[in-house]
Amino acid sequence: MINIFEVAETNEMIEKENLDVRTITLGISLLDCIDADLKLVNEKIYHKIYHAAKDLVETGEYISAEYGIPIVNKRISVTPVSLVGGAACKTPEDFVSIAHTLDKVAHEVGVNFIGGYSALVSKGMTEADERLIRSIPKALAVTERVCSSVNVGSTRTGINMDAVKLMGEVILQTAEATRDADSLGCAKLVVFCNAPDDNPFMAGAFHGVTEADKVINVGVSGPGVVKTALEKVRGENFEVLCETIKKTAFKVTRVGQLVAKEASKRLQVPFGIVDLSLAPTPAIGDSVADILCEIGLEYAGAPGTTAALALLNDQVKKGGVMASSYVGGLSGAFIPVSEDQGMIDAVSAGALTLEKLEAMTCVCSVGLDMIAVPGDTKATTLSGIIADEMAIGMVNQKTTAVRLIPVIGKGVGETVEFGGLLGYAPIMPVNGFSCDAFVNRGGRIPAPIHSFKN
Amino acid sequence: MKKTIITVVGKDTVGIIARVCTYLADNQINILDISQTIVQGYFNMMMIVDTNLTQKDFGVIVKDLEQLGENIGVIIKCQKEEIFNQMHRI
Repeated sequence: MINIFEVAETNEMIEKENLDVRTITLGISLLDCIDADLKLVNEKIYHKIYHAAKDLVETGEYISAEYGIPIVNKRISVTPVSLVGGAACKTPEDFVSIAHTLDKVAHEVGVNFIGGYSALVSKGMTEADERLIRSIPKALAVTERVCSSVNVGSTRTGINMDAVKLMGEVILQTAEATRDADSLGCAKLVVFCNAPDDNPFMAGAFHGVTEADKVINVGVSGPGVVKTALEKVRGENFEVLCETIKKTAFKVTRVGQLVAKEASKRLQVPFGIVDLSLAPTPAIGDSVADILCEIGLEYAGAPGTTAALALLNDQVKKGGVMASSYVGGLSGAFIPVSEDQGMIDAVSAGALTLEKLEAMTCVCSVGLDMIAVPGDTKATTLSGIIADEMAIGMVNQKTTAVRLIPVIGKGVGETVEFGGLLGYAPIMPVNGFSCDAFVNRGGRIPAPIHSFKN
Repeated sequence: MKKTIITVVGKDTVGIIARVCTYLADNQINILDISQTIVQGYFNMMMIVDTNLTQKDFGVIVKDLEQLGENIGVIIKCQKEEIFNQMHRI
């Protein structure tokens, strides 16, 4: 039988170490909403999402009360809208009308984000894909809760450099369209390589075409729990360190699995995956950078950071995989800058640069995330950074992503405040040397060779 | 049997157990096990209870006990046992 110490340990994790379930994300296929009539498409999308998700928030809150575990976000992901709206949307404006519908239904069912205003263009763009991408700046400016992502590369197809070039421009236009809110629109826009179909985390969540009609995906968190556990093994060797992370990740993930199963049962929607990611928030003690410091670094970004992050990421996966029957999504450690107080401190102290962050993305679960850069950064420079990050994902057969925020009207040394879970960030310097001729070549980077493995 | 764990943490005072038990008895909640310690003057109690017979909704019990805790000056949490089993048992 459970004893008082085990109960106390669990409750300490929840109350003092910020253990929570970061998100229950309901994936909804909109493939059956396709129609050539735009008005009908919008109506079908509204009704399908409303009926599928009307009980999501209430169910999440009930589970939260029963087990005494906070479930921070309830969200929705949908089929990439470029596919759903392809037949009906003849202009970027037409796509914006779908963004309005998504935003409206998100407000009505009470979810804080809805993801899937997306296009998958890793090899080429259809006309509809391009229209959707060109509509992103306006769509993100006129809606509050819609999140957008574009997959521009994969290990199997290579990198679509035309799309990379376009995304550099779209990010800048989005920043400009939301300049009154410190270019907040860019915080809702991710560029991916090898995007997973079942990611529950925003802004990159969408409901892949290989998924069932509806599915429940859950994202757990708990950097604070890992850090507290590591405080007890200071000075011990790597074996002890790794075992401690693994055991803690197991416990954290079990909570996610329980919540996912309960949500699935109550909403009568199949359980998809648990995403094991350590996702930081700006709250004190909820930081991945603090774990790196506890492992033995003065600041995140010091020499040894990439190795420390690599072992952290791997142990989180090893512990988590055994705790859940289905693991998916991104699973690992997120290293956003603005959402992590330890990362912000490291940038302010001059310990962490964009180049070091790029190296860290080779071994973390995603990529360059929530990084504020000067508003006068050129579109081609943004495209160059995206291309570098996509190349890391393509060659290493992993997901990588870029979520940069060029803050219009602000420069290096200034700070930008996004509020809430998105946090605040010091603006980081960007390498100013030109890559115009590289980005402007056009075409595709071929897929890498992966056949000489025997 | 639906087992639930009730934890009470706070400054030790007269009648904590009595008041919690009265609430449970009034609502047909059977106590299966109690363990209690005092760490540095702080009262720490865990009860394993059976909520099968109660007519009240679980969410209401959680809120009632939270309120009771506020009245006494302690923190009372009421959680289904499964979260602890999941985390601490393979």
